[in-house]
Amino acid sequence: MRLAAESVSLGYGGDAVVVDEVSLEIPDGLTTVIVGANGCGKSTLLRGMARLLRPMSGQVVLDGKAVHKQPTRAVAKTLGLMPQSPIAPEGITVVDLVGRGRQPHRGALQRWSPDDDAAVAEALELTNTLDLADRVVDELSGGQRQRVWVAMALAQKTDLLLLDEPTTFLDVAHQIDLLDLLHGLRSSRGTTVVMVLHDLNLAARYADHLIAMSGGKVAATGKPSEVVTVDRVEEVFGLEAQVIPDPVSGTPLVVPIGRHHRPVVHPHAQGA
Amino acid sequence: MTVQSIDPAAVVRSARRAPRRRLIAVAGGLGAILFGLFALRVLVGDYIITLPDFFRILGGEEIPGATFILMESKLPRAVLAVLAGVAFGTAGAIFQSTLRNPLASPDMLGISLGASAAAVFSIVVLSLNGSALPVAGVVGAVLTALAIRVVAGSDGGYRLVLVGVTAAAGLIAVIQYLFTRANEYDAQLALRWITGSLNSAAWPTIRMLLAGLVVLLPLVAWTVKSQRVLELGPDVASALGVTHRYADMLLLLAVLLCALAVAATGPVAFVAFVAGPIARVLNGGRTTLLGAALVGAVVMVGADYVAAYGFSGTNLPVGVVTGAFGAPFLLWLLASGRAGRKS
Repeated sequence: MRLAAESVSLGYGGDAVVVDEVSLEIPDGLTTVIVGANGCGKSTLLRGMARLLRPMSGQVVLDGKAVHKQPTRAVAKTLGLMPQSPIAPEGITVVDLVGRGRQPHRGALQRWSPDDDAAVAEALELTNTLDLADRVVDELSGGQRQRVWVAMALAQKTDLLLLDEPTTFLDVAHQIDLLDLLHGLRSSRGTTVVMVLHDLNLAARYADHLIAMSGGKVAATGKPSEVVTVDRVEEVFGLEAQVIPDPVSGTPLVVPIGRHHRPVVHPHAQGA
Repeated sequence: MTVQSIDPAAVVRSARRAPRRRLIAVAGGLGAILFGLFALRVLVGDYIITLPDFFRILGGEEIPGATFILMESKLPRAVLAVLAGVAFGTAGAIFQSTLRNPLASPDMLGISLGASAAAVFSIVVLSLNGSALPVAGVVGAVLTALAIRVVAGSDGGYRLVLVGVTAAAGLIAVIQYLFTRANEYDAQLALRWITGSLNSAAWPTIRMLLAGLVVLLPLVAWTVKSQRVLELGPDVASALGVTHRYADMLLLLAVLLCALAVAATGPVAFVAFVAGPIARVLNGGRTTLLGAALVGAVVMVGADYVAAYGFSGTNLPVGVVTGAFGAPFLLWLLASGRAGRKS
């Protein structure tokens, strides 16, 4: 395990604790997805692991050392982050934005090198954005823009990639597109992917390892089939639902019941 | 798409070239305009100096009348305009891009006025003069910046602008109060710190500002790479290994640039504020500190020419012209919705 949290508590100043003594390990080379209701602390936990927040107590460990005691630059070579809905500077071109992902690999006086060109080209190819290379980021569609930000994080060439709700504001086709892209990365590059997702069904489909959070604590971890059950969905999301096998992937599929439908027993319903 | 047949690295190289060519063209064009305006300011006007005379005077020859006007008025004014323009333009663009808000320039936030207030205080209350005043100005600007930062937090949005504008209003009140207590001689001295003007341009002032630029601009050039990353917002910058400390260092350099320029010319209205956005429009919407520095210099030299010769009979302070030019610009910025774009 290269990345782990050891009884980490996180907050935004003051006494309020958003993440409460969480301990967990991120399996290497797999996709880990963190899910939970609004305000459960999932994005805060991700920010803590990306060292954007200093823990109030406990520590985040990267390669055996506390992440906050390592030099920022060294961490930036190992751990990449795509924050929630980042905003590109006005007028910036795709290659320029993606090229800024090379920052941790360049010395203070080092000039742009062919290695940097190659890394940017590879990131653009992986995200299928090479044909957008000379376009201005402001003028792209939401889906293209999101892929370009992923490309920037890929140009950073880190073994671990953290993403905070990368599918927000994307329509469903682009959500699948982006998640397929991330899944491809972990298969082809062996990148460890950790992301926060809102959509429980997409989380169950794309995660190798699922972390369900509730009230600042970890409610359950494990394979999606172990974590996504009728009782857990009720407990973690406060949602009455049925859980059936996804007809395409076989992963758990959550079907909310809502107030206006009388609960009927579905023939394939799984027990808790 | 037929990109498969092309070398991807070559695609990246060629896509990187276009913005760089644009920047070179922008810098070259601005350089040429600046050169032209500089020549106009030095040679033409109420007293015309021919090119051969210009070089003869620079070579040390005494030409009655012409030597005095060139060496004591025209040339120092033009040189000081260029240096102060570079300092104001660079400082403004650093503030606007690092804080990601086009309203957040050091003149809008009251940092220039912080330098003025500290200098006026030193003149009137502490009875200081000479080289102590620029030092007081720098201290005042840094203290004002720190105070604004403490009250507004590290956020670069409207809160910062509101705190800055409030600070500016408060500092004006302080300056006006100090004025009521000044004797005639001190008031004359203090006036130089509150009107942006090149009328008292002198070689010692130019040497002071030039020395400051020689120290500060290489430091800016050295940290400019981190500025490009800071533009992406604090989260992305931190993930790329560029912490808050770089942002603070860049802002400090900008505060020093601005304070030194104020020490040399007084707070020339709006130059720091307009230089960055104008350079950006020229550069295809992309931030460029080099472009902003050149625009700052062009605005200063051009405005000084208008101030000196545009209105017959009066020799206006340059700040009056930049103010008249900057106010509609601010309205345009607000109306076009470019202002206040937050991270």
